[in-house]
Amino acid sequence: MPAMSKRGIERRGRLITGSCIALVVLLVVTLIFMVFSRGLDTFFKDGISPWSFLFGTTWNPHQTGDDGAALVGALPMIAGSFAVTLLSCLISLPFSLGSSIFVVEIAPGFGSRVFRPMIELLTGIPSVVFGVVGLTVVVPWIRSWAGGTGYGVLAGSIVLAFMILPTVTSLATDAIAAVPDAYRDGSYGLGCTRWQTIVHVVLPSALPGILTAVIMGMTRAFGEALAVQMVVGNAVQMPRGLFTPAATLTSVLTMGMGNEAMGTMYNDVLWSLALVLLFMSLVFILIVHLIGKKGAARHD
Amino acid sequence: MPIPTKNANLSRRNFFLFAGSAAAALSGLGLVGCSGSGAASNGGSTGSADSSSAKKVSGSVTAVGSTALQPLVEAAAEKFMETNPDVQITVQGGGSGQGITQISQGAVQIGNSDVFAESKLSNPDDAKKLIDNKVAIVGMGPVVHPEVSIDDVTLDQLKGIFTGAITNWKEVGGQDLAITVINRASGSGTRATFEGAVLGGAKVPESFKPQEQDSSGTVAKMVAETPGSISYLAFSYFSDKLKALKVGGVEPKEETVETNDWTIWAYEHMYTSTSPDEATQAFIDYMLSDDVQGSLVEQTGYIPVTGMKVTRDASGNVTKK
Repeated sequence: MPAMSKRGIERRGRLITGSCIALVVLLVVTLIFMVFSRGLDTFFKDGISPWSFLFGTTWNPHQTGDDGAALVGALPMIAGSFAVTLLSCLISLPFSLGSSIFVVEIAPGFGSRVFRPMIELLTGIPSVVFGVVGLTVVVPWIRSWAGGTGYGVLAGSIVLAFMILPTVTSLATDAIAAVPDAYRDGSYGLGCTRWQTIVHVVLPSALPGILTAVIMGMTRAFGEALAVQMVVGNAVQMPRGLFTPAATLTSVLTMGMGNEAMGTMYNDVLWSLALVLLFMSLVFILIVHLIGKKGAARHD
Repeated sequence: MPIPTKNANLSRRNFFLFAGSAAAALSGLGLVGCSGSGAASNGGSTGSADSSSAKKVSGSVTAVGSTALQPLVEAAAEKFMETNPDVQITVQGGGSGQGITQISQGAVQIGNSDVFAESKLSNPDDAKKLIDNKVAIVGMGPVVHPEVSIDDVTLDQLKGIFTGAITNWKEVGGQDLAITVINRASGSGTRATFEGAVLGGAKVPESFKPQEQDSSGTVAKMVAETPGSISYLAFSYFSDKLKALKVGGVEPKEETVETNDWTIWAYEHMYTSTSPDEATQAFIDYMLSDDVQGSLVEQTGYIPVTGMKVTRDASGNVTKK
């Protein structure tokens, strides 16, 4: 009798967890299907060539060019997205790495009691708050020394750098903490200083984890919409410098989606932008997995 | 409607119980007025109670679309529900495009829009399947950073600024300061209205790419903080932190809009299907009644339709009333 009920529990457990998985998989597959089916309409239904979409530099879907083709070049936005993403990582990486080293190697007590919760609090702040801070602090500050309007790639990158700081910092902290103490002991045993140990032993061993942290940060930066949209300027042109307004995939997507009726060409092209975003996330995730595999191989 | 006939031989008390639960369960399907007709089929024994329940509308109405129109519709819906407690009105934003998409698909009862449906739909004939209820007028005007030294521009100068031909305030009689144009999202109702009135069909060159912002609140903030900037806003967003320009000597205000001397204005539309249910029709009637037109419309910064001395159609032709 007890054996039966145990098996019953097993079965029920499998059913419950299995249906959770099924639901999540269904949801993901439906979402991907939706983005694909709408995003591909641009090319199949509206007859726009993928080449002119991906590499065209003029974005003005309400008008047609001299050759009669719709002006739906997405390259300025793709370039803008990459520019703010890479730059925000460059800005936040030194701070993230420095604080991770500090809380793991130098002051672990302070790190776990004060710093960790504080940095995790940053994740809970809604992005519109970052946007407003960007609008009222970062943009006027840039304007004061760089001239122009202050809106642009740099303003977007600074705001994004703040937003991805918690992601990159906590993942980098985990990566550094995961380096076995035996490595450190060995290094100290050979007479290395703490600086030498950190630079030559700890950081190289933690490198795959740190790279993962950076990529995860990039994924977040690439997909963030609201805060960037408020400070980047939203002028759909190829980014020419740090201080001129640019646009990102997400900013154009959020601004346009509500204004364009479903089924129109403009709306289809917006879905194609979403498709590009989805594809980029996929690439980022693949890179993370690749690094994870390599890192695991190294530790063996 | 199968339900009233089904209930004809139920007792009156049971009927109301049934109708109540059915209305609650099926409220989304436009099941209104069934209590009135059902009661009538019950026979003439309950005269006075019937007539009062026949007047009462019930049901649920969802209005989706224009964020510019949202505050007015929300305020009106609140008042309407106070006097009609059986009606549940839900007002959502999402943008004019969303409003028109959803009403064309029949997903909602009302689609709010800043622009004529003809300009949004891929097949303009679909607009004929909708009823256009013009519930208010919104006037818009150019606004500049308060330190810009001019107060008045001509329509031609505005056109020059917004097509990139004029790039410094000194070209229009102001100080030597670069002009920063802040545009609205392409496809937004405010931008369509402004460009329709100011550009007059002139094409903006591809090389001119001003920055764009979507929300009126953000635009107001940006213009107030960015030296030399110009944008355009609905009258209700004008404040001391911005300077509203006159155009060709005409002041942006209600009186000049009503005579079409101020040409930058648009209707706020509430589209319904050609056969709206009772609750929806009652709400639209309420929006056009003096209760809303006389007070709420002006309180929320719009101009009542009733005061207009001209009308304008979807292709922009203005006729005197």
